[in-house]
Amino acid sequence: MSEHILEMNHITKEFYGVKALDDVNIKVKRGEIHALCGENGAGKSTLMNVLSGVYPYGTYSGDIVYNGNVNQFHSIKQSEAKGIVIIHQELALSPYLSVAENVFLGNEQTTVKGVVDWTKTNKRAQEMLEKVGLENENLNVPVSSLGVGKQQLIEIARAMAKQVELLILDEPTAALNDEESRRLLDIMLDLKKHGITCIIISHKLNEVSYVADSITVIRDGKTIETLVKGKDEISEDRIIKGMVGRELTNRFPERNCEIGSNIFEVENWNVYHPDDPNRKMIRDVSFHVRSGEVVGFAGLMGAGRTELAMSLFGRSYGQKITGTIKINGKQVLIRNVRDAINNKLAYVSEDRKSYGLILIDSVRGNMTLAALRNFFSKRGIVNGNAENLSAEDFRKKINVKANSINQTVSSLSGGNQQKVVLAKWMMTQPDVLILDEPTRGIDIGAKYEIYCVINDLAKAGKAIIVISSELQEIIGICDRIYVINEGHISGELSSEEVSQEKIMKCIMADNGKDE
Amino acid sequence: MDKKKTVNINMKEYGMVLALIAVFLIFAAMTGGKNMSPANINNLIMQNSYIVILAVGMLLCVLTGNIDLGVGSIVAVCGAAVGIMIVDYKASMWVAILAALAIGTLSGMFVGFFVSKLSIPPFIVTLATMLMGRGLTYTLLKAQTKGPLPTDYTYIGAGFLPTVKIPFGKGTLDIVSIGVALAAFALIIFSEIRSIRTKKKYGFPVTPLWQSVLKVGVILVIVWFFFYKLSRYNGIPFVLVIMGALVALYHFITSKTVAGRQIYALGGNAKAAKLSGINTGKVFFWVYTNMGILCAIAGIVLSARNASATPKAGDQFEMDAIASCYIGGAATTGGVGTIIGAVVGAFIMGILNNGMSLYGWSTDIQKIVKGAVLLGAVTIDLLSKRKK
Repeated sequence: MSEHILEMNHITKEFYGVKALDDVNIKVKRGEIHALCGENGAGKSTLMNVLSGVYPYGTYSGDIVYNGNVNQFHSIKQSEAKGIVIIHQELALSPYLSVAENVFLGNEQTTVKGVVDWTKTNKRAQEMLEKVGLENENLNVPVSSLGVGKQQLIEIARAMAKQVELLILDEPTAALNDEESRRLLDIMLDLKKHGITCIIISHKLNEVSYVADSITVIRDGKTIETLVKGKDEISEDRIIKGMVGRELTNRFPERNCEIGSNIFEVENWNVYHPDDPNRKMIRDVSFHVRSGEVVGFAGLMGAGRTELAMSLFGRSYGQKITGTIKINGKQVLIRNVRDAINNKLAYVSEDRKSYGLILIDSVRGNMTLAALRNFFSKRGIVNGNAENLSAEDFRKKINVKANSINQTVSSLSGGNQQKVVLAKWMMTQPDVLILDEPTRGIDIGAKYEIYCVINDLAKAGKAIIVISSELQEIIGICDRIYVINEGHISGELSSEEVSQEKIMKCIMADNGKDE
Repeated sequence: MDKKKTVNINMKEYGMVLALIAVFLIFAAMTGGKNMSPANINNLIMQNSYIVILAVGMLLCVLTGNIDLGVGSIVAVCGAAVGIMIVDYKASMWVAILAALAIGTLSGMFVGFFVSKLSIPPFIVTLATMLMGRGLTYTLLKAQTKGPLPTDYTYIGAGFLPTVKIPFGKGTLDIVSIGVALAAFALIIFSEIRSIRTKKKYGFPVTPLWQSVLKVGVILVIVWFFFYKLSRYNGIPFVLVIMGALVALYHFITSKTVAGRQIYALGGNAKAAKLSGINTGKVFFWVYTNMGILCAIAGIVLSARNASATPKAGDQFEMDAIASCYIGGAATTGGVGTIIGAVVGAFIMGILNNGMSLYGWSTDIQKIVKGAVLLGAVTIDLLSKRKK
């Protein structure tokens, strides 16, 4: 057998005359972890879809040599039969089916054809879960009751059940916090020991340098280079250079702005779970943000950061909410989102597709939605011209790459969608902006642009709260950081003293206290 | 590139209008032009007025991603109320109309309450009002037709605006209709020029001139055709005034008001709409209350046209109204659709019904054809979107 499990040669794939992949070559060694890096829209996912048969043979040109043979996959079923399994960014689990059922979804263990053998299903599911470090999970609970991190591992268990030889993971850690991510990456290293080859697509370059044996960089649909661990330098800066074609000297733009007086003050904020009136989700949270200041909320996934933000934003989360909010020194009563907007508070959701955007609507329609009543209408009648002008203005100002303001947002890339959501809330002319994971799943170039927007807003004297699971990001852009753990603030760190270790220490010390 | 895009958009927006013309011409050929006679054009408008009125309200429900199944039954209840008030209680026609409107509004609020306050799926709530409304109608009317209703009242459904007839060809020509048509011409041309002007002023892309001219031309021909035919008959039916006013009003609401935009936003993504400061419960409440009001209006028009209230009135109107919205390009998932589309959809259904009747096909066959047209229209619409 050859040294390479997979060779993709001269792959070219066009969409309506636009080359998404242009003569791409990639060689993956047997038993290695091969990372695929590139900015959004560079063609990583397209390449993997070509490999797994999502785009059937004939819709692209070039050869796929797998295990020494040229393959022509017409569907995912065919590639899976050969041991190639792709795990997409969006999880493909059925939320109300049990863990065991999900592990064998589409691959049911049967006695006779069509009749499920439950004993075998459970027994084999247990084996698969052991391989991904989930041996203590209950097989019969619905997967929706598990966290995203564990669901991701169940996806891998599912791939294992299909006798996977080449596992492709598309942004597997996008929705995970650092701890969960580390666990997943360690499982990948473990799989490697068992002879499974992995291809990982990730924007998180620290993870890539941690697990990958070699890295192929794709830019604008072309392979730029392949870096091999031990032979080439594979530092983050080196990879970024390949991805963007130049050296990005500073990933976080400088900010020099005057920090003024308190704009946003929250005192003794308490929130209970929306379905369980006895479960306290947010405990005695008090904090303040000054004008021109960017404050970070760090913490693990599920620490209550989003719940805190949404409960502040017009009581969009929870019940039995108590506490006070002061904006510009005046205590305000915010009972719903309308009140929040009128009191110049804005919240950019962590999940832009579900909570931020109306995907079927245009760039303009999305941008002006929240500000429609206050800024673009008189007595309930919309001023379409003012709307168009303002949307066009923002499109240029924050560089939304769209054909026009009439383009539907579903066809934009993640980074541009995020810019549309930002514009939507900037249009409401807020004094306080809460940005929940503002750069999740977007590429480095777009991230940089969003940091610039944040800086501009700070310069204009706004108070900004950034919630992020990426510690580097939060350290890079914030003036002050609150560490949130289990629904309360477990520490406050200034930008001078903060480090990833200190944040983690804050969390760990807090956990220790509870027990 | 830019020019090409505008052509595509136009085609998509006006595809249904072209289909309407095509269906009409096909039946014109099949019936030897019978469906083009002045009397038949008048019939088309009168017969379909209540479906158009209901489709306008239904579109708002469809935009939220739901439907209202109770429409036909509420039409019947409102008609029955009028019949009983006038015939049994000798109430004045105005009192009866107000009572019908009140009943329609209350029934709409009833649905709105369950949908918005208790979060019961509209499908279930309106399935209930469909059954309850029909049962109530039979009970109120004791399963009998109530009539006849006075001519003052039937004017609403069967009357005409005052006419000034002059001899013309083999018949007469109503000057009032011609005048209205000319006024409509001026209005259409004026608004198109104004829209192009504002676009130019703000530097927005405009459609090529020949396309604007063609579009306005087609609209003018259709308007002229209708009003000319009406002028050769009895002039402008009163229901056309009601219908025209409602269509104009709701077109304005959906395209130019905050309330309209909120309905689209809710249908497009309810969670995002909520986090954008839209009170989604309130939107649901008013959409269904509005549907109730329009049911009352349709009920009044229908009972006036029939000069009586019947227990079977409005049977399956909800299906016609829903089908009109979908044929007119509305999406089942919500957030997509226009009032004009729904009206065109209603007329496509109406022209089909009317043409098949003239051709001599039974109502049984008509149902088959209508079903096929609905399925075909939505399939073509979805497939064309998928290709994009």
